[in-house]
Amino acid sequence: MISIQHVYKTYDLPKKGAGRTARATDDAVALASAQSGNPVMAAAAATAATSEAAASLAAADGKVHALEDICLDIADGDIFGIIGMSGAGKSTLVRTINLLERPTSGSVVVDGTDVTGLSGAALRSYRRRVAMIFQSFGLLAQKTVLDNVCFPYLAANGKVTTADRERALALLDRVGLREKAASYPSQLSGGQQQRVAIARALACEPEVILCDEATSALDPKSTNTILKLLRDINRETGVTLVVITHSMDVVQKICRNVAVLESGRVVEQGSVERVFAEPKAEATRVLLGKVEWDA
Amino acid sequence: MLNEFLSEYGALLAQGTLDTFIMLFLSCAIAYVIGIVLGVILHLTAPGGLRPAPVANAVLGWIVNIGRSMPFIILLILLIPVTRTVAGTITGVRGVIVPLVVSTAPFVARMIEQSLAEVPRDAVEAAEACGASVPRIVFSALLPEALPSIVRGVAVTLIAVLGYTAIAGAVGAGGLGDIAIRYGYYRYQSELMIITVVLLVVVVQLIQSVCDLIARKVDHR
Repeated sequence: MISIQHVYKTYDLPKKGAGRTARATDDAVALASAQSGNPVMAAAAATAATSEAAASLAAADGKVHALEDICLDIADGDIFGIIGMSGAGKSTLVRTINLLERPTSGSVVVDGTDVTGLSGAALRSYRRRVAMIFQSFGLLAQKTVLDNVCFPYLAANGKVTTADRERALALLDRVGLREKAASYPSQLSGGQQQRVAIARALACEPEVILCDEATSALDPKSTNTILKLLRDINRETGVTLVVITHSMDVVQKICRNVAVLESGRVVEQGSVERVFAEPKAEATRVLLGKVEWDA
Repeated sequence: MLNEFLSEYGALLAQGTLDTFIMLFLSCAIAYVIGIVLGVILHLTAPGGLRPAPVANAVLGWIVNIGRSMPFIILLILLIPVTRTVAGTITGVRGVIVPLVVSTAPFVARMIEQSLAEVPRDAVEAAEACGASVPRIVFSALLPEALPSIVRGVAVTLIAVLGYTAIAGAVGAGGLGDIAIRYGYYRYQSELMIITVVLLVVVVQLIQSVCDLIARKVDHR
């Protein structure tokens, strides 16, 4: 059980070219642009710019409030969707779960243990329980598919044993790519690369897999393959899936519960059936395509 | 005529080429050991890096910049006391290694920093999310991913340092630059000047071609 308790994430207004931070704060940048009245970005974040919530985010203190008072409970074995427009704070939120981003305040409690303060070896061993897959796959381009899947073993033990390689091959078998073990990621299609990333995520038998826009870069056919694979793995192993997406289609296909994020706040949450049947928040209705698109 | 020329200057040119190679590869090897360490530290401590440390990063950056802002010929003279202590001499091939290393290491540091910055952030973040420690990320993800770029940087560095070794010839370091100055310039033996220049051109082409070949071989993107 992952319990996100009153999590806030605040950034100083991002500076241009701040490298890693700049990318990590894509959400924040979108928010800041909406606030600063930049017409192009504001149009992209139209809903955010016009909503009450965004107005309250106005950076009077020179800060961007990427997440505000997020409270979520994600049950073991669930497939939990977190949906929202670009810049709503989805990526920031999911990154607070494996602490790639530290909450400014609030806590992330996993199975009764507050993990927010973890560091060093304890943090690394926690991260092995919470795997992650990315929109851009995050594979190491100079390593073979097999070595990529073996990377978590290397990270955990400093070496890769024959038994590890056997396990990695079995995982590649599970995702249907055993024959690609000696290939390099660049020789694979996007969908295949994401399957490799899923095999890597499974290497350490995680309790949770965080999927950050895992299918957003894929065509509909590969998207379906990946979604089916994730759903089947959830059924087989009982691993909890946290699925970040801006596509209601993805939520409808595999999620059981969903939270709708807008401008750093949870505006609606509940079972997928309930939210689809009777969306309450304006953001949900927009995501569902239930507003006049030309309005 | 060619035979005559070779019997008179062949040994000299061979020794000069050998000296140039020793200066070039020895100083670059040492500079890379230092430069990789500095480059990795610069990368890790940069804002938004894996171990951000603004003060350490700024101080190290200044030191590297100071090293890079010294013209080599000035550094050569400034470092004379240091060179004498470390190498025991300030002339010949031995006497020029220290200034070459001091001059090259900061250059290498920036080349390495740049190569590491080119590694896609997602791949590094994925390694981090796997629970890899920072040293593990550096040695098993960052450096291997940056390898093709680092190899291309080696070509740039070697060719720049080849230029330095020729300058070092001006203060009696030996090598092809020394031959060009002593015979070609002071004694007006233009044919020796031309030959040394041709040799340097050939060396530069070789370095570039070999490094390009290796970079292509190790790059799986």
